[in-house]
Amino acid sequence: MYLGRVIGTVVATRRVSGLEGARFLVVQPVDHHRQPSGPVEVAVDRASASPGTLVMLEGSREAALACDPWFVPVDSAIVGLVDEVDT
Amino acid sequence: MNLCRVLGTVVATEKLEVFTGRKILVVQPLDEQQQPLGKSYLAIDHTSSAGKGDVVLVMNEGGGVRQVLQDKTAPIRALIVGVVDAVDVPKQA
Repeated sequence: MYLGRVIGTVVATRRVSGLEGARFLVVQPVDHHRQPSGPVEVAVDRASASPGTLVMLEGSREAALACDPWFVPVDSAIVGLVDEVDT
Repeated sequence: MNLCRVLGTVVATEKLEVFTGRKILVVQPLDEQQQPLGKSYLAIDHTSSAGKGDVVLVMNEGGGVRQVLQDKTAPIRALIVGVVDAVDVPKQA
């Protein structure tokens, strides 16, 4: 998992089956100092995040496991809203 | 598995149910001399005893994590499976 900041939303009306109802957000991955780390990506929102929110994400195959149904083509999913990072 | 140093904790109240009761830690991958190597990321603590400053063993393979947690659909890829007491790698001349 990694940290990210939600910076926008994506609208995609036509999508593959299984992704109906999925919400796509634009996320900037950040490090533990909340500084940008790596390229911006699009993630499926599973935690009711909104732009500006600090979130935790899961990537790769495990991202799809956060979805319902989980047999979907997803490689990045928001799995929690971060209240605090204490480092 | 990788050696990592625990940098701190993450508090997230709103999260998927599978994370309830699990400790989420920020870890920094280390090289064999315990110097930072690459980007920090988040891992779930399965030892119940890892804390800030500890060097830990992190398993980074989702299939293995799901077997350990006995949960076929857990969306977790990085799991802390050990707290390291010592690493002895002689420096190359």
